[in-house]
Amino acid sequence: MTATAEFQSATPVARPTRDDEAGSPRTKGMSRAGWLFLAPFGIFYVLFLIWPVIYMVITSFFNTTMIKNGFGGFAGFANYQEMLTKPEFWSAMWHTIQFTIYTTPPLVILAFVFAVLANRAQHGQWFFRLAFFVPFILPSAAIALIWTFIFTPGTGLWNSFQSLLGDDAPLPVLGTPSIAMVGIAITTVWWTIGFNFVLYLAGLQDIPRELYEAAAVDGASPWQQIRSITIPLLNRTTTLVILLQIVASMKIFDQVYLMTAGGPGISTQVLLGLVTTTAFTDYRVGAASAASVLLFIVILLITLVRQLIVRAQERREATR
Amino acid sequence: MTERTAETPTTEQGADSRPPRRARNGVSAAAPARHVPENGARASGRSFTIVAWTVLIIFAVLWLIPSLWAIKTSLTDNGVSAVGAGAILKDWNLTFASYYTLLSAGNIWNWYLASFVTASLTTIFAVLFSAMAAYALSRLRFRGRNVIFLLFIGGILVPPQVLIVPIFQMLNIGGLLNTYWAVILPQIPTVISVFVFKQFFDGIPRDFEESARIDGAGYWRSFRSIIMPLSRPVMAAMAIVTFVGTWNNLILPLFVLSNPKLMTIPVGLATVQGSYGQRLSDIQASSILGALPLVILFLIFQRRIVEGFAGSGLKG
Repeated sequence: MTATAEFQSATPVARPTRDDEAGSPRTKGMSRAGWLFLAPFGIFYVLFLIWPVIYMVITSFFNTTMIKNGFGGFAGFANYQEMLTKPEFWSAMWHTIQFTIYTTPPLVILAFVFAVLANRAQHGQWFFRLAFFVPFILPSAAIALIWTFIFTPGTGLWNSFQSLLGDDAPLPVLGTPSIAMVGIAITTVWWTIGFNFVLYLAGLQDIPRELYEAAAVDGASPWQQIRSITIPLLNRTTTLVILLQIVASMKIFDQVYLMTAGGPGISTQVLLGLVTTTAFTDYRVGAASAASVLLFIVILLITLVRQLIVRAQERREATR
Repeated sequence: MTERTAETPTTEQGADSRPPRRARNGVSAAAPARHVPENGARASGRSFTIVAWTVLIIFAVLWLIPSLWAIKTSLTDNGVSAVGAGAILKDWNLTFASYYTLLSAGNIWNWYLASFVTASLTTIFAVLFSAMAAYALSRLRFRGRNVIFLLFIGGILVPPQVLIVPIFQMLNIGGLLNTYWAVILPQIPTVISVFVFKQFFDGIPRDFEESARIDGAGYWRSFRSIIMPLSRPVMAAMAIVTFVGTWNNLILPLFVLSNPKLMTIPVGLATVQGSYGQRLSDIQASSILGALPLVILFLIFQRRIVEGFAGSGLKG
């Protein structure tokens, strides 16, 4: 760190306040230190976040390909027009939404139930963390191998269990267009519930125990306590969990790529899958960028809605 | 379990340890005579305990089955596994043959190395750089600071996965494809860490640094010898979150690494299905081997990992 000497020479002062009068030697030193402290992160931030966003937007208006260097010919809105009129795009959009619809309710409700119950268990917390949380920190590829194996057509654990229940010819989960996404959703719920689980556990810790004790004195049953204390007080956690869940679902890629590669046919192809196929299989960077920008806009809209909801919630709580 | 509160509203710690044990023993154990408020709460408390524990245990077991199934299969002969679930369940001649095959012949050691190198370096750079940036935003006043702040906030909105195509193009132009750097560099700007750090730094009283500053210590020294040591817990949490995230990242290494010797664990595992074909036990063993380092990490840093993920709100 060559900057060390620079920082140390900064004039010692008693109280760093918000005096921003430029020109004073102190502010100058602080200013330089500020930029030097920001520089390492800033460089990577510009190179791998800001510039790629700009590059993505620019190439979405060009016929950029992987084969030739440079941007290629100007395409105007042709890439966007192509995407927005292409059945594959809307099908990928629908599958992404479908995935979101399948996974969000169980991931929120089950995580809530597990957390409320596990939180009351004074013993064995580690066991529930192990069971529910550990899958979340494992690589998607390991998860996909396990679940693809469980879903092996005919002889796998899933189909065997179905046979045991009396289904003579159980459908191969990942090989049937109508239910392949269900298989991916089940895998995802199993894989990622731990994250919501710990968010809920953290939220539960903030609820003062006295509330429950007071309610119990008044003769409230556990069900009533959950209904009128736990659920309302976890409102903000629930909003957070739902919206993080939706944004995460929009970015789904790993499970689909690993388990079905978008198939059978294109029945599980999702937006990010379409983007990478367009770029890395068809070599059409321009078109892929247009699709990325569209996906980005969708995620941005969801995030903005999230901000609005959180704001409204905070305001409501402030006035209460 | 709220029997505790229903029956003995005044007892604190003593009652805490009891409900689960009582629940396991069933209904009969759930009625020690204490001064109980006589109302419906007690009966429903008991049924709640039973239902709660049943539900929790059933789901926990359900959640463990896939992992246990993978472990069992990995310890079964390939020939038996190929027959199907029933055969795997019945065969208890456990063997480590699959692990032996993988560890002696496969690329798995290369994958471990790649994952370890890329995840470690990314973590070191990401934590150090984002802590420095957070220090600047938290402690130093300078022109342009607010603009930077807004730019960083904007960065939270950008999901890195969406940028895979432009990042690939840039790495391609830079000649970095098929190097570890292609995996490391793009993952360094972890904006969320900056905000987590900034929030933490904002909470550290300034008096500490001021007394040091009077002694003539510069900003770098006050950052390194006052702020950093005080922030050890949050740094550890962010380091682990970053490490796990980088280790597990699939989409970036998938497209920027094609040399099997350089592949990280997730990319390597992604090729397993195709190359091992019917060797189902080997496939499951490779999945277990891929998951193992993270399970160990979890067992060591349980609390930090949970706190880190809950605190950063990072997902996917």
